[in-house]
Amino acid sequence: MSMLQINGLNVWFGKNQNRVDAVRQAKFTVAKGESFGLVGESGSGKSTVLRAITGLAPNWSGTMDIDGQSLTRTRPKSFFKTVQMVFQDPYASLHPRHSVDQVLGETLYLHGFSDIDARVVKLLDDVGLGQKFRFRYPHQLSGGQRQRVAIARALAPEPRLLLLDEPTSALDVSVQAEILNLLADLRADRGLTYLMVSHDLSVVGHMCDRLAVMNNGEIVEILDVDALRAMKASHPYSQHLLEASL
Amino acid sequence: MADTQTLRQWLLTETPTSRRHAKLSAIYQGWLSFRSNTMAMIGLVILLLLLFVAIAAPLIAPHDPFAQDLGNRLAPLGTDGHIFGTDSLGRDILSRLIYGARITLYIVALVALIAPIAGLLMGTIAGYVGGWTDTVLMRITDIFLAFPRLVLALAFVAALGAGIENAVLAISLTAWPPYARIARAETLTIRSSDYISAIKLQGAGPLRIITKHIWPLCISSLIVRVTLDMAGIILAAAGLGFLGLGAQPPSPEWGAMISEGRRFILDHWWVATVPGLAIFTVSLAFNLLGDGLRDILDPKASE
Repeated sequence: MSMLQINGLNVWFGKNQNRVDAVRQAKFTVAKGESFGLVGESGSGKSTVLRAITGLAPNWSGTMDIDGQSLTRTRPKSFFKTVQMVFQDPYASLHPRHSVDQVLGETLYLHGFSDIDARVVKLLDDVGLGQKFRFRYPHQLSGGQRQRVAIARALAPEPRLLLLDEPTSALDVSVQAEILNLLADLRADRGLTYLMVSHDLSVVGHMCDRLAVMNNGEIVEILDVDALRAMKASHPYSQHLLEASL
Repeated sequence: MADTQTLRQWLLTETPTSRRHAKLSAIYQGWLSFRSNTMAMIGLVILLLLLFVAIAAPLIAPHDPFAQDLGNRLAPLGTDGHIFGTDSLGRDILSRLIYGARITLYIVALVALIAPIAGLLMGTIAGYVGGWTDTVLMRITDIFLAFPRLVLALAFVAALGAGIENAVLAISLTAWPPYARIARAETLTIRSSDYISAIKLQGAGPLRIITKHIWPLCISSLIVRVTLDMAGIILAAAGLGFLGLGAQPPSPEWGAMISEGRRFILDHWWVATVPGLAIFTVSLAFNLLGDGLRDILDPKASE
């Protein structure tokens, strides 16, 4: 049974002469519990796929099924309990005037939890931040700590599919490894499904089971991670990408 | 003394134990950073003094502000019993200044309540909703902006009738468009940011996003703008009074006092200068306070 099934997905911005087709005829399936990567260079439309799934990019056609249910124009509240997203830039994804406690508390409140205090404490422990960070503001946190808060926020509604939009690209290398290990541990603990966007093939090789290579808004090839490690790509663009990453 | 020491430590702790503790701690730290800003403290002290004077006016005023003494008119500064002299009808200028503080505070408070809030509502709704709503709201703003402020206020007062309340209302009606512009510009940069996308992904509706996520970021620039506009607002009220449409004589409104003293400005300069200095001091205090408030309202700047 697939967690996410995407078929013939087109996403565009603007209209008439200004129309830009960001994603064309994308098609892939992510199984339950799988970790699936989307790779490609900047502007290839990989983040746009995630934004279309979450409803942040409103102009799309094709079909998207989450856990067997087709998505329509508007996302019901239950959708956000199943699917959550971690943004690329931890410096931009936290409200500058809200403390960690406010960020997590409001998220839990919106999802209708009643034991908010206990859950905030547990979420902070789960992402490896102690209680002393609870009442800090984003400007008092490092990039890695901010990304942990963002991950805690995404985990708050107990989703089953987590969309990761280059979660480590804004962080330095040692912090990247910490965050990737945290994500791997959380997936193992909670049986999460990941859809991860990255331009870093080594990150995808470490985190994912399968990956799709995107170029100019189209998926050119879907590979196993073993094929990635063995450098066995069949499409010339993916070969080019693999060579460039060496 | 040991007790206050522990209270201070409790307030300055790195690891607050509850939400209330964290809030009190944040307020205390804001107060500490505000206190270290000398200029802002000067502004605050002047305004607190003004507030005290306005409340205690009957107790501290040496004379009745309306009592005329034509035999002692236009007495110079330092006259016995009239430190700031008397005006053209022999009324004590100091007493009139003290009672005028009430009117000044009344004008400032009313305008500060009406104009920025109306502007904030218009601007954030236009900026966040976009599309047709934005076009309609911003064209209304443009229409208000296209009129000269005092002329529009004049028209309002002429329609509503003369008086200080109507003057305040007219000034507010002409003062909100700049706030709407500022709020809209801020909203446009905020609404596409990741933290707004993130809260949308938690299922938050537009009302929650505007009031809890966009307003807190717009308010600090609005507060600064309001405090900078205060001088202009006091003067606009005075201007309406001068034209006979604002505070009515014998009301001791500072601007009206200036326009009364204008007739003798060459021979009896203090009649216009003393209320002018009062307006200047209060406007300066508002500006200083606004600067200090901006510093503590922005946690990034107070690092």
